[in-house]
Amino acid sequence: MSSPTATAPNYELIQQDGLETSLLEVSMGPHHPSTHGVFRMDVKLDGETVVDLQPVFGYLHRNHEKLAENMSYLASMPFTDRLDYFNSMTNNWAYALAAEKLVEIEVPERAEYLRVIMAELTRLVNHISLVGFFINDLGALGTPLLYAFREREKIMDLFEQASGARMMCNYFRFGGLRNDVPEGWLDRTREVVDRFPDFLDEYEKLLCENEIILSRTQGVGCLSRDLAISAGITGPMLRASGVNYDIRKVDQYGIYNRFKFRVPYTDDDVGDCYDRFMIRMLEMRESIEILKQALRDIPGGDIIGKAPKIFKPKPAEAYARVEGPKGELGFYLIADGTPKPYRYRVRPPSLINLTVLRDMCLSQKIADAVVILGSIDIVLGEVDR
Amino acid sequence: MTLLGSGIFKGMAVTFRNFVGSYFHRERLPTNDYSWRTEGSLPQHAGDYPKEEGEQLRDTTTVTNYSRNFPMLLHDGSEPMDTIRCVACQICERSCPPQCIYIEKSTEKKEDSSGKMQFYPATFDIDVSVCMSCQICVEVCPFDAIVMNSQFELSTPNRFGGLLLHQGDLLKSNDYYHKIHPEEAAARDKRIADEKTAKEAKKKAAAEAAKKKAEAKAGAETEAGDEKKEVAE
Repeated sequence: MSSPTATAPNYELIQQDGLETSLLEVSMGPHHPSTHGVFRMDVKLDGETVVDLQPVFGYLHRNHEKLAENMSYLASMPFTDRLDYFNSMTNNWAYALAAEKLVEIEVPERAEYLRVIMAELTRLVNHISLVGFFINDLGALGTPLLYAFREREKIMDLFEQASGARMMCNYFRFGGLRNDVPEGWLDRTREVVDRFPDFLDEYEKLLCENEIILSRTQGVGCLSRDLAISAGITGPMLRASGVNYDIRKVDQYGIYNRFKFRVPYTDDDVGDCYDRFMIRMLEMRESIEILKQALRDIPGGDIIGKAPKIFKPKPAEAYARVEGPKGELGFYLIADGTPKPYRYRVRPPSLINLTVLRDMCLSQKIADAVVILGSIDIVLGEVDR
Repeated sequence: MTLLGSGIFKGMAVTFRNFVGSYFHRERLPTNDYSWRTEGSLPQHAGDYPKEEGEQLRDTTTVTNYSRNFPMLLHDGSEPMDTIRCVACQICERSCPPQCIYIEKSTEKKEDSSGKMQFYPATFDIDVSVCMSCQICVEVCPFDAIVMNSQFELSTPNRFGGLLLHQGDLLKSNDYYHKIHPEEAAARDKRIADEKTAKEAKKKAAAEAAKKKAEAKAGAETEAGDEKKEVAE
């Protein structure tokens, strides 16, 4: 646990004559509506100012990695859905990429396109609900979140039609996808994608200029560029701190080199909550651009490559990563020649982005700590695994 | 310089438009969005709720070929236990990620629907309180014996044994499968038929090849015998 000296920089508790003053220690969570799951923040307060904060997690630990090391490669695919349960499609993709590196399976063209479509739809789902939750944390109960969920449900319906499940899709397979999309699915997706920008326009009108949101988020929870890089922050949070780094551009996994899209990032060194919020709003526009291109170019053909019937890779190791909606999601696999992985490791973006929570919250108000946590975008299923 | 508070009013205009619009456009309703569906296909009253087993909710296009919740076992004919496809090979039991399947193999063989002697499962239980509907058992099954059901009314007052489905609960006819997942079932049947004809063709070809070989061998032997005779003479 933290020592009492580990407090905000240059912090001094002011002693007043005749009054005994001391720090107040509050345990926010594990069951707290603002903590997005079972997560606890041990906060030390001077009045309303946060002088120390310790994130405590592990309440949702499900032994994901050890479970995966005791079952076949395919059998851990449905468990990856349950890491970050908002983005099961990108979780599937990262794991499938790692396994495909082990045995080098070629993925058919159509499957690659569908993978991109699914991943970008997932990004829309994640960002739109994150913005809704984030505004919810600010105190706007209901309205923006419900508008966000209304739009999210359209994409969830698409996922259900393609994979049979709204959230636990379990749709990717080593070398392709489990099944082809049903007839008419692509047209329905085009319709949803074409109408999404109208909603984004409306949503921006609702939120982006709102004075209350501006005053609650601008200058709150600043994360400097140097700290973001040295702490290993990835994803929209890193780009909000002014680093142009997107694994879709850096690695160009899948077929991302075929699409024209921009990576939004800030050019200053502020990285406050408003930046993180706006980066996500802008990223959704770019996802729509990718989706439009992918839906225009998608070819017909096979959906799964020639995968071995019994997945038994030769001794090797592989690390594959994707730009998940929350950051760099990586899977590290060591194969030892048996049908089970010798080591299975997840690099969860939520957990690593959460490590700078204390640095961002120090000397902020307690109400802002909730906002800052909301702007990180964590899902406890992935933090604890 | 904009007026302080104009951003809030702009947002409120959006809220107002959504509030009023929700009375005229379904897509503005945050609760129930079926926007891409045609107007006539929306449920008008609660009478649309399915009454028969296997009947789908008529108001959703989302209950599709790929909808899944828990597995079921397929049989081909009218007598479920006599025509069960499962041969108790236990591959699904071993591959099941949450280990919710329990199979006991029969001790003696019995005829299946095609008249072949096969083992059958003496016990086949699925604990649906553990099952996570991942469909891995369906993918690994080499006999197309287990597929996903989309039956969702499974609540039970018995929390101990009620969610443990036994063989009798799990057995469903192929016709039922065609009813709930028509396209998937048709594709599966076609694949099974194709595999069967391919197998038969292969068998036939193999038999013919064997016959030819035997003939050739016999011919060679007689020739060799003739030669021997000649040498002897």
